[in-house]
Amino acid sequence: MSRTPQAKSRAGNKPQAVKPVAPKTRAAKAVLQDAPKARMVTVYIMGKRHVVPEHATIMRAIEYSGQQIIRGAGCREGFCGACGTIYRLPGDYKIHSGLACTTLVQEGMSLTQIPAVPMEKAIYDIEKLSPDVDTFKRLYPVVFRCVACNTCTKSCPQGIQVMDYIQAAKRGDVASIMDISFDCVACGLCALRCPAEIVQHKVGVLGRRLFGRYLAKESKELDTRIAEVQKGAFDKEYKSLMSMPKDKLSKTYYERDIEP
Amino acid sequence: MKFSYYPGCTLKNHAKNFEDSTLFSLAHLGLEIEELPRWNCCGTVASLAADDLIHQLAPIRNLIRVKEAETTQVVTACSMCFNTLKRANERVRANPTELAQMNDFMYDEETPYEGDVDVYHVLDLVRDKVGFKDVAAKVVNPLGGLKVANYYGCTLVRPKQVAIDDTENPVVLENLVSALGGSPVEFPLKTECCASYRTVDSPNIVADKTYQIINSARSLGAEIIAVSCPLCAFNLDQRQEATLKYHPDFIGLPIVYFSQLMAIAFGCEEKTLQFGLHHFPPKPVLTGKGLI
Ligand code: SF4
Ligand code: SF4
Ligand code: FES
Repeated sequence: MSRTPQAKSRAGNKPQAVKPVAPKTRAAKAVLQDAPKARMVTVYIMGKRHVVPEHATIMRAIEYSGQQIIRGAGCREGFCGACGTIYRLPGDYKIHSGLACTTLVQEGMSLTQIPAVPMEKAIYDIEKLSPDVDTFKRLYPVVFRCVACNTCTKSCPQGIQVMDYIQAAKRGDVASIMDISFDCVACGLCALRCPAEIVQHKVGVLGRRLFGRYLAKESKELDTRIAEVQKGAFDKEYKSLMSMPKDKLSKTYYERDIEP
Repeated sequence: MKFSYYPGCTLKNHAKNFEDSTLFSLAHLGLEIEELPRWNCCGTVASLAADDLIHQLAPIRNLIRVKEAETTQVVTACSMCFNTLKRANERVRANPTELAQMNDFMYDEETPYEGDVDVYHVLDLVRDKVGFKDVAAKVVNPLGGLKVANYYGCTLVRPKQVAIDDTENPVVLENLVSALGGSPVEFPLKTECCASYRTVDSPNIVADKTYQIINSARSLGAEIIAVSCPLCAFNLDQRQEATLKYHPDFIGLPIVYFSQLMAIAFGCEEKTLQFGLHHFPPKPVLTGKGLI
């Protein structure tokens, strides 16, 4: 980055800040070089060899190889869980997993995207449930097959202690399911690898719903905010957002206040 | 000396009476225990029935959690959990190759298991770390000669490597009841199997067992039966309804956890006993004796 003419001239403008000979020579030399070429790596996408830029995410690499991703991409920012991918690396027996949109390629990586994992989800009326172990027993009795192998945790691209929230379901500890599974993006990779054929993320969703409906503390702040919304306190701001051109909207979005 | 406490799943819900009374009693006895911050199902059923290694992961993983909690001793009240944890422990201690295979599979754990945790049942602690003399000294509400038949079933005494007492004629519960001011009733079926998980597919087998076990205790004068396992408790208590269907002459008995008798003798409040979780109400006989 510093090996540009600008960098050199900036350095020249502030002689005191620069130690005599060495830096100057380095900068001068750099000017003579060609612009650096992107380094490439070889990856195997669904078994086929492709050469892609080193700094590409898996998702970019797939697209670079000429394929269009229709089902396995959504937010492209690690939130939606549409892009679950499994891969292996040379000389390593482990099956790794990652979200294609946030995982960088590596030399020799062999990968396959798994955009959807088939499963049956329980149908229930949240108003008619109780937040205890019997609910899990009835709706997802499969959790009792868990042998604590922890394969689900090993396969979670979100780094969630998946086994621990399944174990919490086995004892009806809804608050722990909520806490542990909160960052689940429902990619389903855990469900695919579980030897007990459990559908972890669906169990997590049930746990979080039960928590929200029966155990969460009421939030006064939320009530106040809803009242404000209903009174029209944000109508003006909303209108101006809706009529904003795309580039300005995008700028506003990226410059917004983000809670730490 | 600090012990890690492993509760097990059932004690967190359907056997809350077991957990509450145990924790109350251990605190009363001055035993320092601390629930593991992280634990999973002990792994029973699968791990007891199958010989493949994957089913041993659950118990061994819990022993790793004990090490992570920086203790080397874990205690549990549920005799089924106890049996599962201790059997797995004895198995890997005797089979270094198996232990190495398991540690290798659990590469996700930072702490390997090396057979270096000891597994105890609450009754081990009460007998060996406190002693019945001291237990008796801590009694504030003696059981008034309550006639208690003590039922061990399988998990406290079989197999031999994990037995907490003589496998044929265990006496730890009898000695505890005496120390609490009750009168233990000897009965021949105290180590008979309750039919365990047959309760799921063949309640009739359980009904037969419950009929024999409770009749035996009753005919020898027992007023109440003490147990140490939530599954025994379910089969002997909740299954009394089915027992009556198969054996119309059946008269039941109340079933309590030994820990509930301790808690009563140590002067707990009634809410610790959680009588709402029982099928045959234990309250009448206990109030009859002026115990609650
Ligand atoms: S818990 Fe399962 S579904 Fe959720 S993010 Fe992790 S692997 Fe994906
Ligand atoms: S992969 Fe399945 S069996 Fe293994 S710990 Fe996770 S939920 Fe349990
Ligand atoms: S595309 Fe949404 S998480 Fe990757």
